[in-house]
Amino acid sequence: MKKATRFRVVSYLMICGLRSKGGINMKFRKLVGLLAVLAMVTALMAGCGGSGSSGSGDAEGGENVLHLGGIGPLTGPAALYGVAVNNGAQLAVDEINAANPDGVQLEWDMQDDEHDAEKSVNAYNKLMDDGMQVLIGTVTSAPCTAVAAEAFENRTFVLTPSASAAAVVEGNDNVYQLCFQDPQQGQIAADYIAENYPDAVVGAIYNNADNYSSGIYDAFKAEFEAKGKKVVATEAFADDANADFSAQLNSMKKHNVDFIFLPIYYTPASNIMKQASDMGYTPKYFGCDGLDGILALEGFDTALAEGSLLLTPFSADAEDDATKAFVEAYQEAYGEKPIQFAADAYDCVYAVYEAFGKTGLGTDASMEEICEALVEQFNGGFSVTGLTASGEMKWEASGIVDKAPKIYLIQDGKYVEQ
Amino acid sequence: MNFLTNLISGLSLGSVYAIIALGYTMVYGISKMLNFAHGDVIMIGGYISFILTMYVGMNGWVALFIAMAVCTLLGILIERLAYRPLRGTGSLAVLITAIGVSYFLQNSALLIWGANPRVFPSLFEGFDTIHAAGGKLTIAPVSLFTILANIIIMIVLTLFVSKTKAGKAMRAVSEDNGAAQLMGINVNQSISLTFAIGSGLAAIAGVLMCSAYPVLMPTTGAMPGIKAFTAAVFGGIGSIPGAMIGGLILGIIEIFSRAYISTELSDAIVFACLIIVLLVKPTGLLGKKVSEKV
Amino acid sequence: MADRLSKSSSRVLKNVVKGNEYRKEALISYAVLVVGYILLQIGAATGFIGHNLQGQFVPICVYVSLAISLNLVVGISGELSLGHAGFMAVGAFTGVVVTRVLEQNIAFAPARLIIALLIAALTAAAAGFIIGIPILGLRGDYLAIVTLAFGEIVRNFMNVLYFGLDEKGHLKFAFNHTIDGIDNSQRIITGAIGATGVTKHATFTSAAILTAFTLFVVLNLKNSKQGRAIMSIRDNRIAGESIGLDVKKYKLMAFVISASLAGMAGCMFGQNYSTLAPVKFNFNTSVLILVFVVLGGIGNIWGGMIAAALLTVLPEALRQFADYRMLTYAIVLILVMIGTYNPAIKARISNIADKIRPKKKKDKDKEKTGKEAA
Repeated sequence: MKKATRFRVVSYLMICGLRSKGGINMKFRKLVGLLAVLAMVTALMAGCGGSGSSGSGDAEGGENVLHLGGIGPLTGPAALYGVAVNNGAQLAVDEINAANPDGVQLEWDMQDDEHDAEKSVNAYNKLMDDGMQVLIGTVTSAPCTAVAAEAFENRTFVLTPSASAAAVVEGNDNVYQLCFQDPQQGQIAADYIAENYPDAVVGAIYNNADNYSSGIYDAFKAEFEAKGKKVVATEAFADDANADFSAQLNSMKKHNVDFIFLPIYYTPASNIMKQASDMGYTPKYFGCDGLDGILALEGFDTALAEGSLLLTPFSADAEDDATKAFVEAYQEAYGEKPIQFAADAYDCVYAVYEAFGKTGLGTDASMEEICEALVEQFNGGFSVTGLTASGEMKWEASGIVDKAPKIYLIQDGKYVEQ
Repeated sequence: MNFLTNLISGLSLGSVYAIIALGYTMVYGISKMLNFAHGDVIMIGGYISFILTMYVGMNGWVALFIAMAVCTLLGILIERLAYRPLRGTGSLAVLITAIGVSYFLQNSALLIWGANPRVFPSLFEGFDTIHAAGGKLTIAPVSLFTILANIIIMIVLTLFVSKTKAGKAMRAVSEDNGAAQLMGINVNQSISLTFAIGSGLAAIAGVLMCSAYPVLMPTTGAMPGIKAFTAAVFGGIGSIPGAMIGGLILGIIEIFSRAYISTELSDAIVFACLIIVLLVKPTGLLGKKVSEKV
Repeated sequence: MADRLSKSSSRVLKNVVKGNEYRKEALISYAVLVVGYILLQIGAATGFIGHNLQGQFVPICVYVSLAISLNLVVGISGELSLGHAGFMAVGAFTGVVVTRVLEQNIAFAPARLIIALLIAALTAAAAGFIIGIPILGLRGDYLAIVTLAFGEIVRNFMNVLYFGLDEKGHLKFAFNHTIDGIDNSQRIITGAIGATGVTKHATFTSAAILTAFTLFVVLNLKNSKQGRAIMSIRDNRIAGESIGLDVKKYKLMAFVISASLAGMAGCMFGQNYSTLAPVKFNFNTSVLILVFVVLGGIGNIWGGMIAAALLTVLPEALRQFADYRMLTYAIVLILVMIGTYNPAIKARISNIADKIRPKKKKDKDKEKTGKEAA
């Protein structure tokens, strides 16, 4: 009995203390005031954005403008890919608009998704609000898979420049890829290595926190083993481009690996090459399209990549006229060499533009009409040339691109086609 | 030999963590706040140094000193503008503000320097790789310099804190803010000085880190920041020798778990070790046990 | 001033005796939820709200739930947790696996969702229990860093975790790249790629119901005997111990309940997108949820709810700033934090407010009594 009373008294006092401690009530009243201000600001901004865009969607309908939407990471760790796509697409749009001022004009609106599926769907919905008619994107795979499902339901035609996971097109009849699929790349790489370097001791370093890298690696390993070969050593890392790779490289060295398969992006790859050279270890590297751009990396000693091979549809050093013109225009506009993502986006805009021309639709057609007409074109043998294919590219009904792969060798600091 | 190579890599990586962890631990000691923007100061230091060497054509060492100066100023500025207004309002409010500052620095860097990564020119370009034990053991010069820098910084900092007047004042403030003020110590100045030192060290850490692992991006500082923060807690946050030991052990665990257990799970192993250490020693390896007052 | 103080303290006493304070908080919290739900539904039905905001209805509910559940640990139990996204991940991936398995047997989608939510709550609670038992002896920032470590460990494990169904429909899992007897199409979770082709089960209404449930659990816990014990331990651990409260038990209780609620929210989140990757549940997401709680006022349930909703919408509302979007977000975050917590600025704001108020003082007093009566 006594104990209970004491408990009541103490807890009572404590609760009083708690109540008055924060002066909670007063504090929160002010806080609510601030939150309200925040809410108003938000609402105002949302309001402005909403009204401004809904106006443009209808008003410009009569002006023969096709609204292209784009989604990709413009901020965050993957920003370089999104920015490249934004630049490449803008370049193509400007060219098309300038070349034919009386014809169909394109409008390009790229929204940031921070390489996050949730934000990507938000960006897609924002573009829907703004009257997008065709979507070129999204840039990265996981967000694209999420957006593709939404686009499938809403019937938005999607051509992604660079989201290469198999899941992007699976089950979505209106989603197409301009890039090779991850498993495709893995297979091509495995076949190429097995055929051309039969005696190589092959190891692999891949990013196991990354969709793209895991996807290629899994397919590579399966195909390579199907050819009766063996990946002697496999090491992984998790996303961090700036990590210490000495343990991975030591493992490669221990297994006498002289040929490392690197299905990763060029940023961590440059780090790996540098650290290997610091260790006095000089294997041959084989990369996929993610490795393209390594030579243009500011401050990178290109000698480190000498003799590396890469499987990429585009190279800024290619000698054909189209690539030369593109690289020149890109450098003039943005002050740097384009990477493959920019070329992919550039090709996407042209592909959509030309396919749209063949549908016979006007720019006042609805998103759904354009979607069905474009699907018909893409499934019906529509083909287009571009920077990222040596010949023409076509699409299968599954959404996978059909184009010839190119293998480049890095020689004297340049990409040389094999 | 492989073991020795891995050990040196671990010590080198650990030294980078240790230098970053010093910034965390000193700031925590004096103002009881987790400064999550510290990792991004490293990145800023890296960029400043990069710009000066590549575009202005400065000597790498001169650039390092300028980067230190800039980061020192930046640290003081951040403390003044973002943290001081919230002093005494509880550590959580400042923690969130620090995260805001971290976003701010990352996105400013993105806007100023663009999204494209840069490859950092090593500060130790002129030094050759060292070969020992008949070529079986190779040591990158940057590893040795990093370990050396860590030792020097640790000695200088320990001397500074224990011998100089300003250092003693810092210790007094971290011991008891109110009492220090009563003794005539300028608390604001001491805290500013702590941020200045921590941020200056961040610039060194940035340059050393980027010399070893040369990729420079706006998000470069994020992961090392978290790891170094872990190292600081590992060693006992608030303790300067603790930061050094925590950083070194963390670096070694990370490299060894990659080399001998799994490269896929190395981060999980590092963090699991942290949890185990904290279970055995709840305030870290060298942390002070604070007795609770009623 | 003294007058005001004595008034407010006498009101506090009165409220405690009557339990008014609790009722008021509960009332406001439920009102925020119901009014928010109705407004958004009306907005969507009338076409006033576009796709962009409509697409965020479910995430808003999820983040609001997460803010409420984290408030249980941070506000009510007084421990700093930096690994809330870890529990969210456990719930989300559990949900994906459960719904995929159930698709063969149960045709009624809401039933699948409910079962998935329950199992997600259980697995997340188990994770909370396993991590909670050893670590709750730690204090303050050390506990925070262990929760951070936990979140990172979960994410790291998700990168190597593979789940799939074999021909007979049995669930299999592995920690490497191949699961015997399963081809790609039957994989449910594929390491870093995560889950793809998820059938979406989440709807705005179901998410709002989940939020209401979370709110119900937390508010009732807060007002129960156990809740008061948890809060008294927060305010003075030694005093709590001295009157015989089992500190560890109560802390663990708050932690596990919070974890299971986060698991349910995570499950709902996972059911709203066709793909789910482990990278989503990183340190940044944990921090984001913490930002909601702190910005809304630590321990203030409905403050956290409003903050969660607004901060979820804010980055979208800032899209017109284009390149400067995230920079603006950072600046807004810093300014709002300083504005809400800096003593000097707070005093100034209340001064301004007082200057505006005096004319209407009588009305305001009436209002106040009216509110209290309600």
